[in-house]
Amino acid sequence: MIRVSLPYHLRTLARVEAEVLLDVGSSTTLGSVLDNLEARYPVLRGTLRDQTSLKRRPFVRFFACKEDLSHEHWDFALPVAVVSGQEPFLIVGAMAGG
Amino acid sequence: MSKVRVLVGTKKGAFILTADGKRENWEVSGPHFAGWEMYHLKGSPVDPNRIYASQSSGWFGQLIQRSDDGGKTWATPGGEQPPVPGEFPSGTSNRFLYEGEVGTHKWYDGTQHPWEFKRIWHLEPSLTDPDTVYAGAEDAALFKTTDGGKVWKELPGLRGTKGQLWQPGAGGMCLHTIVLDPSNANRIYIAISAAGAFRTDDGGITWRPVNRGLKSNYELPDPDAEVGHCVHRIAMHHSRPEVLYMQKHWDIMRSDNGGELWTEVSGNLPSDFGFPIEVHAHEPETIFVVPIKSDSEHFPPEGKLRVYRSRTGGNEWEALTKGLPQQDCYVNVLRDAMAVDSLEPCGVYFGTTGGQVYCSADSGDSWKAIVRDLPGVLSVETQTIP
Repeated sequence: MIRVSLPYHLRTLARVEAEVLLDVGSSTTLGSVLDNLEARYPVLRGTLRDQTSLKRRPFVRFFACKEDLSHEHWDFALPVAVVSGQEPFLIVGAMAGG
Repeated sequence: MSKVRVLVGTKKGAFILTADGKRENWEVSGPHFAGWEMYHLKGSPVDPNRIYASQSSGWFGQLIQRSDDGGKTWATPGGEQPPVPGEFPSGTSNRFLYEGEVGTHKWYDGTQHPWEFKRIWHLEPSLTDPDTVYAGAEDAALFKTTDGGKVWKELPGLRGTKGQLWQPGAGGMCLHTIVLDPSNANRIYIAISAAGAFRTDDGGITWRPVNRGLKSNYELPDPDAEVGHCVHRIAMHHSRPEVLYMQKHWDIMRSDNGGELWTEVSGNLPSDFGFPIEVHAHEPETIFVVPIKSDSEHFPPEGKLRVYRSRTGGNEWEALTKGLPQQDCYVNVLRDAMAVDSLEPCGVYFGTTGGQVYCSADSGDSWKAIVRDLPGVLSVETQTIP
């Protein structure tokens, strides 16, 4: 199970309180985790990445194991510690005013 | 006794203000969608329990929310939670895709720039069907749903109307005004900053500019320019759909023939710059504006917050000041932040960028703040509940 941590506003939108647990099977890339998350919580479609281009929204960031994965390709393999559930996959709203 | 519901969109959430017909004691509900920019909320004229809301964020984009119980609970139509664990319904309510080839419009520097969807500024529910709603977007385009907000489709004929010449105003290139003709279901007016006013007579398939008579000397040197005018707001009284009132960037304008020709009716206003314009619910020649000093100083002239009322359809204006701050007031009133109710006497409402929402229960003669400390107000709409 992959542990996904959402930013406050998206937790409210998805009506979840803490981390989301995703069973992604053997597909453990950055893109497949997002696909799985959006399938389970359709309300999140468009909030993390553009629905047409699938580009990451500019003020959304991805972190895991103290590494910034925001600029990695969708087929980037997530770290073993994230796949094993030892470390969470963090989705964060960028610090940009507001 | 009838009840009034005031739907307030702010920079950090939505609020619903409710009172009985006296409009003296108000209940405040909210913030709904706390922390999100709520550009607009509007109820269906057919079903007052059906309310649509535009929810957006610079971080997470655009969503549409819908309430079927008068604003008590909300859901994203098409994006709800799976009804049964393991089932994955497709969520499409926040999907606004331009039809066909996206194309380009004029950018600030005069070059061509691709259309990019940013947010929904205005939601206009149908006058006859609670599931049909029009949505005005930035970058300017008109979208429509016929299934209660699950699927939105662009009406692309609008952008085909010299869209390559449209240019963003200071607030972006937004379609902010949608006026439905109650006597003709196929006629719709829209306005865009800074492209102008447009009209369709076939339900949105084809459009044409209706800007003759508008003068924008500094922004548009061509006095006959068909598009490029910075229209801020258009208002109509349901009993006389041929008569339109407009707050332009500068100038208050009036058309007596469905936008075919506009004439200036700014008259004795202290400034004819401003954003909202509204028509009295029962007097089609009575209109309200809030003069703002200038396009570079977005606050009331002399620090005095004054609504101006004309009972003659323009030209002759009187200042309405009772209950409004008459010194040191430097708020703005945005284009969607004024509304009237349909009670007798007519109630008039407006919200400010300073977070106040004012109500007049006597057609503007006197004013009282319902709330004073909300986030900056982006929009105000009313519902008169029987």
